[in-house]
Amino acid sequence: MSVTHRKQLLSGNEAIARGAYEAGVLFASAYPGTPSTEILENLISYDGIYCEWSPNEKVALEVGVGACYAGARTLVAMKHVGVNVAADPLFTLSYTGIRGGMVLVTADDPELHSSQNEQDNRNYAKFAKVPMLDPADSQEAKDYVALALDISEQFDTPVLLRSTTRVSHSQSSVSLSEPDRTTHAGKVSIVKDPPKLVMLPANARKRHVVVEERMKRLREFADTFRENVMEINDTDIGIITAGISYQYAKEIFPNASYLKLGMVYPLPEKLIREFSGKVKRLLVIEELDPFIEEQVRAMGLETSGKENVPILGELNPDIVASSLSGYVFKESVPMEKPELPPRPPNMCPGCPHRGIFYALSKSKVFVAGDIGCYTLAFLPPLQAIDTCLCMGASIGHAVGIDKVMGKEGQGKVAAVIGDSTFFHSGITPLIDAAYNKSSATICILDNRTTAMTGAQQNPGTGKTLMGEDTHRVDIPALAKSIGINRVRKVDPYDIQKTREIVTEELDVDEISVIISESPCVLLKGARRKEWEVLSVDHDKCTGCKACIMLGCPAIGWDPEGINGKGKKGRSVIDEMLCIGCTMCQQLCKFDAIVKVP
Amino acid sequence: MKDKITNILMAGVGGQGIIMASNMLSEALLAAGRDVKKSEVHGMAQRGGSVTSHVRFGRKVFSPLIRKGEVDILYSLELLETLRYTDYLKKETVIILNDYRLNPPSVSLGAKTYPEGIPELVRANFPRTTLIDGVGIAREVGNPKTVSTVILGHLSLYIDMPENTWADIMSDRLPSKILDVNLKAFHAGREIKQVA
Ligand code: SF4
Ligand code: SF4
Repeated sequence: MSVTHRKQLLSGNEAIARGAYEAGVLFASAYPGTPSTEILENLISYDGIYCEWSPNEKVALEVGVGACYAGARTLVAMKHVGVNVAADPLFTLSYTGIRGGMVLVTADDPELHSSQNEQDNRNYAKFAKVPMLDPADSQEAKDYVALALDISEQFDTPVLLRSTTRVSHSQSSVSLSEPDRTTHAGKVSIVKDPPKLVMLPANARKRHVVVEERMKRLREFADTFRENVMEINDTDIGIITAGISYQYAKEIFPNASYLKLGMVYPLPEKLIREFSGKVKRLLVIEELDPFIEEQVRAMGLETSGKENVPILGELNPDIVASSLSGYVFKESVPMEKPELPPRPPNMCPGCPHRGIFYALSKSKVFVAGDIGCYTLAFLPPLQAIDTCLCMGASIGHAVGIDKVMGKEGQGKVAAVIGDSTFFHSGITPLIDAAYNKSSATICILDNRTTAMTGAQQNPGTGKTLMGEDTHRVDIPALAKSIGINRVRKVDPYDIQKTREIVTEELDVDEISVIISESPCVLLKGARRKEWEVLSVDHDKCTGCKACIMLGCPAIGWDPEGINGKGKKGRSVIDEMLCIGCTMCQQLCKFDAIVKVP
Repeated sequence: MKDKITNILMAGVGGQGIIMASNMLSEALLAAGRDVKKSEVHGMAQRGGSVTSHVRFGRKVFSPLIRKGEVDILYSLELLETLRYTDYLKKETVIILNDYRLNPPSVSLGAKTYPEGIPELVRANFPRTTLIDGVGIAREVGNPKTVSTVILGHLSLYIDMPENTWADIMSDRLPSKILDVNLKAFHAGREIKQVA
C-alpha cells in the first residue's frame, strides 16, 4: 500500500494492519476467522513483519507470546470464538505480562453473520484482567493499535483490541502517519526471567498480586485516557457508549451529551461520576451484553440500558432510535409484496463436497458436522449435517454417540471435518477415537485450503502465509501413526465409488478414516481438464429430479418446461454457472445431461 | 437541513460484482473530498447469497448503516433482491434496476416460485425507476461480467462529479486487462437516459 494519498478509505481490518505497521509490530499470528481474517492478509503486504497462519488460535497466541517475550511488538488476531480456544494461554499471560508490546485483536460478530454464537468478548477483559480498547471506525482502529501497544508496555500487560463485524468490514477514511519501524526493533533479545515467566504456584501467587496492582493503576489511568471523551451538549440526557454504537447514537441523537469510551475495560469511574453529575439522566447504548451498564450500576449510579436497547444481535440506527420511547419513525412506502424466496449462501457450483455429502445422505447416517463451507450441506436437498458446535467438535461427537449407542449405533454414525478444521483441533479427538476404540467413520474433506474464509494456506497446503514452500501434513500417515488401520481416499467426483467406500467403511466394526480429496473449485487449477460445461437434453430428460438432489446452484427445475415424456417439468443447467464437474450427469439414468451441443 | 447525507443502497447476489462497484463508488467519493462510509452485509460462503452494501456520503458521516425509509438511490443487480429492501426506500428514491433474474435454491428445487412482474411492481410504487438490460449492454461492450459497472455508470449520473474522476479511480484500481472494457461499460451506463 503506497502512502501517496494521506487519506485512504480503509476497512477496520485494513486499518488495524496499517496501525500495526506504523507502530513497529514485528510479529503477527492468527487463525483465519470471519470477521478477523483480512488483518493478516493485509499485514503481509508491508515489509519487515513476520506473519503466520497458525493451526489454531491457541497456537497463534502462544507463538505470539514467544515473540513478545523476546521483546518484539506483537499482534495476534482471531474471531471472538477463537479467543475461547486461546483463553488458556491468555489468562496466564495476564500474570506473566509481556516484554515487547502485545495486542490481541478479538473480532466479535454480533448478529452472527458468519459464526456459531454471538458472545460478547468484552467479558474476557474483565475475566482475564486485561485492558480492552473498542474502536468506533477505521481511523480509531488504526490509532488504537499504537495506543494498545503503548499501554501494553507501560503496564506490562497484554491488551485486547476489540472489533466487531461492522467495524472490521466497514470502510471509512483514515489519515495515515509515518511508520516507526526502528524504535522497537532494537529491543529484541533473549532475557531469562523465571520469576516473571515461569508460572509455578509460588511464582504465580506473586504475579497475581502484580495483576491486581496493575488493575488498580489501569483504573486510574482510564480516568485520564485521552480516548475516553466527554461531549457536553444538551444535558437532559447523557449517553455512555463505545465502539460502533457511538456512531448509531450520534446519528440519532446528535444533540445529546456523550461519554464516549475508547477503553471499555477498566472503566473510568471518576469520569463516569463526573459525567453523570452533569446530565439529568444516563443511558448506556451498547451492543450485546450490559457490560458497561452493569458496572455503572455497580458504582451506585442510576442508568437505563438494556430495558430499552436489545441484548440480541447487532444494533443499527433504527434500533437505537426505537430504544427511546416517543421517537417518530419515517413511514416506509406501503406496498403489497409477493412472498420472497430466501437466498441463503450455498456451496459453489461443482464444489467437491457435494460428492461425499450425496453419499452420506443416501446412507441415512447421523452426520456429526463441523465448521467450514461444508456446514452448508445441512440445507436441502442434501440435509447431510446433523450437528455443528465448534471447531473440531465433529469427531468427538461421533465417538460419544457411537459409545452410548453401542451395537445399535454400528454403521450409523459418521463425522465430517474439513482439512483446515482438522489441523485446527481435529487431531486430538481423532487420537481419542482410536485410543478409545470407537467404530465411527470419520470423513476428512481435504480440499487443500481454508475455503470458508476465502482460501488461506494451512498445514496441508504446502505454502506459508509468507508465500514460502513448506512441509505438508500427510493425513493418511498421521492417521496410521495414531493407530487407525483403515484409511481410504476417495475422489468425491466419482459418485458411485464414493458411495461404495462410504458404505463399506460404515459397515466395519472399527474406526475408519475416509479422506475425500479434491481441491476447492475456486482454487487455481482445480478444474479438471476434461470438464466441459453441460446442458440438459430436454428430449431425454424425464423430469425425475435425480440430478436436482445434488443441490448444485447451476442446475435447477423449470416447472413450466415440457420434458421428454411430454409432461410439465424438466431440469435446466445455467451455462454461466456450470463448471462441468459431471456429478449431476452421473446421477442421470437417462443420459439427458450432455456437453453443450 | 444542514449537512445533508446521501444514502446509496446496493443490492444483488454474491459474485455479481457489488463489492467491486461499491469500492469504486466510495473511492471516487473520497477522492472528490466527501466523507464516506461504506458497509457490506454478506453471508458465509463464497457466493450465491444475498449481498448488500450501504454507501453514505456527505460532510460528516457517523453511522455506516442507512436507516429505513432514507435511501436516496437504490442500485440493484437482481430483480428479486430489489424487493427485499423496499422498507429502506421512500417515494422519491431513484431505483436503478438491472433486468436480470437469478433463481435462489428454493426456486431451483421447485419448492418456491419466483415472483413475476417485479419491474412493474417496483415502478408502480417508485416512479423514479429505470430498468436496464445490464447483461445485454455488458455483452455488447465485450464482457458480460461488467454488468455491475454498466449499472454503476448509470448511477454516476445522479452524483455531482465529473466523469474523469470516475475514470481516474477505475484506472487506479482495476487490473489493466479489464480496465478498457470496464471504462466502456461505465460509459454505456452513462448514456442511458436519467429519470426526472
Ligand atoms: S469455496 Fe470451495 S469449498 Fe467452499 S463451497 Fe465453494 S467450492 Fe466448495
Ligand atoms: S456439471 Fe452439474 S453438478 Fe457440476 S457444476 Fe455443472 S450443473 Fe453443477
